[in-house]
Amino acid sequence: MSDQNDNPIRQAIADAISENEVILFMKGSPEAPMCGFSARTVAALQALDTRFAAVDILPDPRIRQELSALSQWPTIPQLFVRGELVGGADIVTEMFESGELAGLLGADEQGDATEPAVADGSVLQIENRLA
Amino acid sequence: MPDAASIKARIEAGIPGSSADVDDWTGGGDHFHATVVAEAFAGLTRIQQHRMVYEIFGEEIGGPIHALSLKTQPSRSS
Repeated sequence: MSDQNDNPIRQAIADAISENEVILFMKGSPEAPMCGFSARTVAALQALDTRFAAVDILPDPRIRQELSALSQWPTIPQLFVRGELVGGADIVTEMFESGELAGLLGADEQGDATEPAVADGSVLQIENRLA
Repeated sequence: MPDAASIKARIEAGIPGSSADVDDWTGGGDHFHATVVAEAFAGLTRIQQHRMVYEIFGEEIGGPIHALSLKTQPSRSS
């Protein structure tokens, strides 16, 4: 995609997704979610002691715009595991309740024990979180 | 302003053979929850199922419709 070169925000989002095994784009921070759906998704990840990177999309409306264009998913939050969109609050909650989320994230820990890379947070203010 | 009945009608028109139950969560006409049953969902991932519903509303999701919470299933029994 040629326009990526001209689109630093979209590129930064794509890089963050590929560099962080588990990354959540949300409204607010894990400590202070600004939306019930984001809070519910954080709670599911924390209940499984998941280490995840979190990006607050609120400071710049372009983050949400570019993220949704990239993921073809209209709403926030959005959880990505190993580069794949898992879903928003509904899907994550459903998968948490059914045990699928634990399987998805557990398999990750066994697969390779590498620490999630600390992304360059200059554009997106990425934080790595240990629940 | 969207209402639960019109969202139900649009989902059912947009996905032939589907059946939708839609609630207005807050009564404010912007936070909705829909349970959608459609044979067309069979064999699709949850992401793909939810995308089929979201595509009906396009830019309205996140706009006039602040949130559309979804539960999708291929058949009523599951």
